[in-house]
Amino acid sequence: MAIAVEKPEKADKVQPAAAAPAARKVSRRMASAAILVAWLVLFVVLRGRQTLTLAAADLTGLHHWLNDVNDTIGANRNSNPLFLYFFNEIRLAIDNLVTFVQSLISQPTGSRPVPQIGWLGVVGLTGYVSWAVGNWRVALLAVAGFTFFGLQGLWQESMDTLALTLSAVFVALLIGIPLGVWAGLSDRFNRIMTPFLDFMQTMPAFVYLAPLTLIFLIGGASAVITTVIYAAPPAIRITAHAIRSVPETTVEAADSLGTTRSQQLLKVLLPMSKRTVVMGVNQTIMAALAMVTIAALIDAPGLGKTVVQALQSLDVGTAFNAGLAIVVMAIVLDRVTTAAAGRAEAARRRSGRLLKWRRPLLVAGGVAVAVLVYLSHTFVWAAEFPGNGTTGSHIASVADTTTLWLQDHLSGLTNALRDAITNGLLNPFQTLLTDSPWWLVGAVLVALGAVLGGWRAGVTAAVCVGLLVGTGLWSDGMTTLASTAVATVLVMLLGAVFGVWMGRSLFVDRLVRPTLDAAQVMPPFVYLVPFLALFGATRFTAIVAAVVYAAPVAIKIIADGVRNVPESTVEAATSAGCNTWQIITKVQLPMARGALTLATNQGLIYVLSMVVVGGLVGAGALGYDVVAGFSQGELYGKGLAAGLAIVLLGVMFDRITQAAARRTRA
Amino acid sequence: MTPAQTEVSQRRDTSQDPQDRTPVISVRRLWKVFGPKADQVPDSEELCGLTRRELMDRTGCTAAVRDVNFDVSPGEVFVVMGLSGSGKSTLVRCLTRLIEPTAGEVVFEGEDIRGADPKRLRELRRSKFSMVFQHFGLLPHRRVVDNVAFGLEIRGMGRTQRTKRALEVVELVGLAGYENSYPDQLSGGMQQRVGLARALAGDPDVLFFDEPFSALDPLIRRDMQSEVIRLHHEVGKTMVFITHDLSEALKLGDRILIMRDGKMVQCGTGDELVGAPADDYVRDFVKDVPRGDVLTLRWIMRPAQPDDALDGPELGPDVVVREATRAVLAAEKPVKVVEDGKLLGIVGDEEILAVVAGQEGGV
Repeated sequence: MAIAVEKPEKADKVQPAAAAPAARKVSRRMASAAILVAWLVLFVVLRGRQTLTLAAADLTGLHHWLNDVNDTIGANRNSNPLFLYFFNEIRLAIDNLVTFVQSLISQPTGSRPVPQIGWLGVVGLTGYVSWAVGNWRVALLAVAGFTFFGLQGLWQESMDTLALTLSAVFVALLIGIPLGVWAGLSDRFNRIMTPFLDFMQTMPAFVYLAPLTLIFLIGGASAVITTVIYAAPPAIRITAHAIRSVPETTVEAADSLGTTRSQQLLKVLLPMSKRTVVMGVNQTIMAALAMVTIAALIDAPGLGKTVVQALQSLDVGTAFNAGLAIVVMAIVLDRVTTAAAGRAEAARRRSGRLLKWRRPLLVAGGVAVAVLVYLSHTFVWAAEFPGNGTTGSHIASVADTTTLWLQDHLSGLTNALRDAITNGLLNPFQTLLTDSPWWLVGAVLVALGAVLGGWRAGVTAAVCVGLLVGTGLWSDGMTTLASTAVATVLVMLLGAVFGVWMGRSLFVDRLVRPTLDAAQVMPPFVYLVPFLALFGATRFTAIVAAVVYAAPVAIKIIADGVRNVPESTVEAATSAGCNTWQIITKVQLPMARGALTLATNQGLIYVLSMVVVGGLVGAGALGYDVVAGFSQGELYGKGLAAGLAIVLLGVMFDRITQAAARRTRA
Repeated sequence: MTPAQTEVSQRRDTSQDPQDRTPVISVRRLWKVFGPKADQVPDSEELCGLTRRELMDRTGCTAAVRDVNFDVSPGEVFVVMGLSGSGKSTLVRCLTRLIEPTAGEVVFEGEDIRGADPKRLRELRRSKFSMVFQHFGLLPHRRVVDNVAFGLEIRGMGRTQRTKRALEVVELVGLAGYENSYPDQLSGGMQQRVGLARALAGDPDVLFFDEPFSALDPLIRRDMQSEVIRLHHEVGKTMVFITHDLSEALKLGDRILIMRDGKMVQCGTGDELVGAPADDYVRDFVKDVPRGDVLTLRWIMRPAQPDDALDGPELGPDVVVREATRAVLAAEKPVKVVEDGKLLGIVGDEEILAVVAGQEGGV
């Protein structure tokens, strides 16, 4: 009967709906403006009071307590049963896996001065596998890429990165694919998993590191564990999505033929989702590579470590060389797995003759690779990469020279740009945020959340503000917030311009999209290097890197939103005599409102994660707190609290923008 | 069901299809209700009486199939017809329990399949009935022959044996030469032939068709309809055919069940629907049907008057008007309609012309 009562209400609501949105939209915009004006007025009056600033070396009670927790855990690591029988076991298992893979390709073991498989074997194996799962073109790319690592003088670092990535991907898929299949089959399990996956993917990669070191210490094993946590969600999500998107008719048809559940899974669902699952593997590998490089902060070996050390000493040349190696590895891994995903389709189109030759060729290739592996296992010339990485030092010196030249000749331009944005946009905004009383900013955040996203988002914002104050890092949080907000505004400007352009022109779309795709697979780290060269170690560098990192995703979302505006609507507007500008501003952008909000959401999250990485190059604030926490024992608790503060900011933004997106769509 | 039309359908049944064998499928008081506490609806006298809309408002439930009863005889092509939302697709899925019915009986060869456990149900699906779907439901990663053999494969039949059988069926549906293609390399009509072959491969007793040709172009649709008629002649399967297209229903169906809002409106042969529509809904439906193509002499004959000349030519009562037109108009005297030597009535020029010329005029 409850339903019977509810029904007429719904019917009533439908009627005035036509009039309501217009009225509500105006009032929402006015309310936001009123909040901002009130903030400015109160800021002038109350400036500099109750700002909760905390000096870099100062600690709060919470930070001391976290330090103590860390010490306690360190002391009882081998006596606490939870650690003894659970965490330590996990660590041990992962450690064995990592050590094993490292001993194969990167680290010397036992009496051998070189790893089991030398460069020749690895290059051969990589080429062979790339050819077998993909095609000969990506195989050539892979061979060239891996040889390049050796020429750069970064063979061992590259292999360490590869070893960690492969171990992490292996574990992530081992966990992720079964869970994904389960989530694909069971609605209930899917409902349970979704919030966890959402949460894990919202978090900047960075923040996993601190709490995990608490449990798993630092080093390769915890790098892999962190990476697994970061890289498994895409595998789970995409597998579940693949299973779910098998057409209902096909499942029903199989059902009508009397398949059992396992037949259904093995013969229908899994084969039909294979291609998508391989795309999930691609995502997992890219996420893993990104995370493995960042895990250099917790002492993971590999290219990331080289970059971090170089960044900390502002050695642009070395950072560039290692960053280039990361980019090359990202491209190779991405191309190979993308080709593997396309293979299933391509293979069956091919003529039978080629297929007939494929098997003997595979066998022959396998034998050849076995010989290469044997050679590289036995002879030093095939085990250690010849030469001493002169290409690498050459690249480094060219990068250094270029940097110097740029700094000499372009400093006027880059400095002007930097100062314009820093003084014109960033500083005032940061002052507004950090110099207002904390309760004022908090109230503004809660009010904006409530106005834009509804009362639930308001409550979330209130809780986050409260906890943020509790971390003792309010002022640093506001500094980070200012950088994030400025970067997001820039991202949205770029996103709107390029997104509309791409959405309106298929040609531009085809031209720009591959670049965006490529930009998205890069580990966030490498963005810092060129901008460090141009702008030096400042907040602005971090902001530019964040904008470049976050813009592709925003552009793509907006482009798709504009593209999805029905052709007939645009046609109708054109026939009514709209000019191009009117069509964009009055038809396409308003109708892509949902996409705009979604782009803001994604842009914010991406920017936030990058602004934090910017802590490495002088962005200060929360990012610096986290980095310092890893390197200095007495700041450990503060770093952990900073990580928490980042999570809180992330959750707050995510909730508000998502709620706003839901409301604009409704 | 109104009494009038039951009577008609029975008479027709005995006249045309004199087998008194037990029906293959017998559906009694079948209900399918979606929504909260759906199973209470069929039991409640009061709720049963409501229209679909009222039921939705009262309980939040949608009754997709409401109190449907019919029998399908062996070898018959039984068509269920209705517009979208009439519940016909739900009905056919209830028959094989792809959708679980809410109440009622579905008796298949003497066994109520609602009582079958999952294992028995699988057995039935593997060997007794199979289905052809509107959107084909083929497996894109398998070749045509493997798609056709799929049903045999899941029964556990060996590879050589099932491939042999599949090739036979592929041949039967006219796809010889395409065994090794993949579904997405075929046109829609050919894909549906694969779906048909897959359904035939297991040699089922009954074939269910869920709007199999709605997604096809008109020309190909006509081809496929002829194909089904041909297959029906060749293999003689019982068929239950769902469609929203009246001409398709008339072309294929021995008997037609018309559904509206989940209820059955009328059940009978094509000429019964056209000649004696149960209500305005059916009348409206069949309005544009060329009546001469569907009606038989039985529907237009008049009782012989004393002054009629009774020495004209003779025709059977089940001759379609269109086919009789030339004979009747050519004859100088009215045609006698005779069945088993008994004079049923006579047909003159006026009766024929009333049908052939006045087609638009309705009844």
